Amino acid sequence: MPLLDIRNVTRRFGDFTAVDGVSLAIEAGEFFTLLGPSGCGKTTLLRMIAGFDLPDAGQILLDGVDLAATPPERRPVRTVFQSYALFPHMTVHGNVAFPLQMAGTPARDIPGKVAAALEDVRLTGFDRRYPHELSGGQKQRVAIARALVTHPTMLLLDEPLAALDAKLREELQIELIHLQREAGITFVYVTHDQTEALALSHRIAVMNKGKVEQLDEPSVIYRFPRSRFVADFIGQCNLFSGPIRANAAGAVTLDVEGLGAVKVAAQTALAAGAPASIALRPEQIRIGAGDAAAPADNRYEGTVADLLYMGDVTVYRVNTAGGARVEALLANSQTGRAKFFEPGDRVVVDWPAAAGHFIED
Amino acid sequence: MAADARRHEAARARWLVSGPPLLYLLVFFAAPTLIMVLASFRSPGEFGGLAPLRDDTGALDLNVDAYVRFFTETVYAQVFVKSLVFALVTTLVCLALAYPLAALIARSPKKSRDILLLLVILPFWSNFLIRIYAWMILLGPNAALARAVNGVLGWFGAGPVPLLFSSFAVLVCLVYVHLPFMVLPLYANLEKHDPALLDAAQDLGASAWQRFWRITFPLSLPGVYAGAALVFIPALGIFAIPDLLGGPDDTLIGNLIKQQFLETRDWPFGSVLSIVLTVSALALVGLAAWLGRGATRGAERVGA
Repeated sequence: MPLLDIRNVTRRFGDFTAVDGVSLAIEAGEFFTLLGPSGCGKTTLLRMIAGFDLPDAGQILLDGVDLAATPPERRPVRTVFQSYALFPHMTVHGNVAFPLQMAGTPARDIPGKVAAALEDVRLTGFDRRYPHELSGGQKQRVAIARALVTHPTMLLLDEPLAALDAKLREELQIELIHLQREAGITFVYVTHDQTEALALSHRIAVMNKGKVEQLDEPSVIYRFPRSRFVADFIGQCNLFSGPIRANAAGAVTLDVEGLGAVKVAAQTALAAGAPASIALRPEQIRIGAGDAAAPADNRYEGTVADLLYMGDVTVYRVNTAGGARVEALLANSQTGRAKFFEPGDRVVVDWPAAAGHFIED
Repeated sequence: MAADARRHEAARARWLVSGPPLLYLLVFFAAPTLIMVLASFRSPGEFGGLAPLRDDTGALDLNVDAYVRFFTETVYAQVFVKSLVFALVTTLVCLALAYPLAALIARSPKKSRDILLLLVILPFWSNFLIRIYAWMILLGPNAALARAVNGVLGWFGAGPVPLLFSSFAVLVCLVYVHLPFMVLPLYANLEKHDPALLDAAQDLGASAWQRFWRITFPLSLPGVYAGAALVFIPALGIFAIPDLLGGPDDTLIGNLIKQQFLETRDWPFGSVLSIVLTVSALALVGLAAWLGRGATRGAERVGA
């Protein structure tokens, strides 16, 4: 039995359906992420798990028990808020001790538990500080310590790192992974940041317009997006669409405007003429000067239109002869080379049929 | 050079802006206060007012007779204590009534807030004395309220009680007049509270009662203190309300001061009473601020 069972949950605000018949099962000890753009319903779903909002239809079961009648203060789940929501009139100690006091923990046990929780988030010695005396990262650590000190069954995190700068975010991501593993507590994490979701999660539910578009492990979601939306939302992606020209022996050929025939390895029941798409990650594309190119399944000539030099990699935007745009990514790891091409250079892009991922529209 | 000139300019602008109000306060507040302090050490004139500063022999006529009188004749201390009790009760009743109202306004949708606030300050649109006279009619013996109360009392065999010209009437009107001064600072404070804090407290296991006493109330203390000071200080010195609505026993320190200056015409003693009133009001507010200094720590940053 899953720890948290969300069954056909729907939540409407007037005419707007924020969460539309979502079903999910989250296992104990999992790091589970709800990923999607703003307005996709992920935060509404999280608030319903926490109890701040109730479903219009469907059920949320924790350990097999329907939570509908349980108010937030009696649910064994804790939330870490994006704004930290630390109590400004209490010290760090007062903040972390608060849930223990609410749970009726004997006063003599509180200091030890608070100290242990602060040690877990590497904030030993900060007990007497007030929230306004802490940095953003420290505040978020206090919020996490406060949520974990009572050892809840489940921790809900609502974009907890969104307000922090990139460097600190990466550091805290690693700490979150460690904390989750060591505490053994189920994390349900809400974010709109796909790299964060890919880095942290055991499983990701990609949400769009109130529905779950795909639920899988990060690598599967990245490599085999089920829809155009998922392909586009997760990482950089070239999306080629058009009617099917041929479908035979595990290879599908699409008629793409600006490119012509594009071949992809796929099994589908779709007949010729049906619309479909191919998702292709920029790093799967080979880009060369076209002099000694090996024969490939898909090969197009073009000109470099723009490039984005990112230090470790460079993203090239190539306009093909037919007028399509292809984004290719090249690692700058080869010695002696910073960039390989300049805007205006004539290049050849190619990729094998197996590199792309076929999506039925 | 150029920077110095700019700084100079800025300093002059500051004085230009803050000068007039400063001057106004000096002339019309500090100077009269000093005159009053001086008057409290002089002798009363034979026909009221003040006796000449130098007596017939040409010696300075300064004494502490009026102070001695205040501290030896217990009747004045009694009036003073009674005023303190009335002001304190007024403050507490105002707080109890204003808190839910301020919280309601702070939590209502933005559009209706302005209308609700307007309603709170609406009484100020009519004259203070007219509003007190209105209470004379409302509490009068032939008004519906007095009839209803005495009707119920009659059922239990208790004699009719007058509502007007009583401590009750004074307190009701004191609360009525001062309520907006408690509502406004409380509203200004509560309106800044981050609703996420209450969500967090609830999430961490706090019941509605615990959320109020552990989060909302401590964070609202700066507003509570501001409101309490705005109610307590004027309520302590008021004379019009007990004059018009109180009975013979409802003389407060404000009435006493008014009597000394206008009726008995004993200016030195009136000055002593005024000074004691001012000093004790300052001392009490200072004491409250000192006692509350720990409690409001961090609470000023509600909006941060």
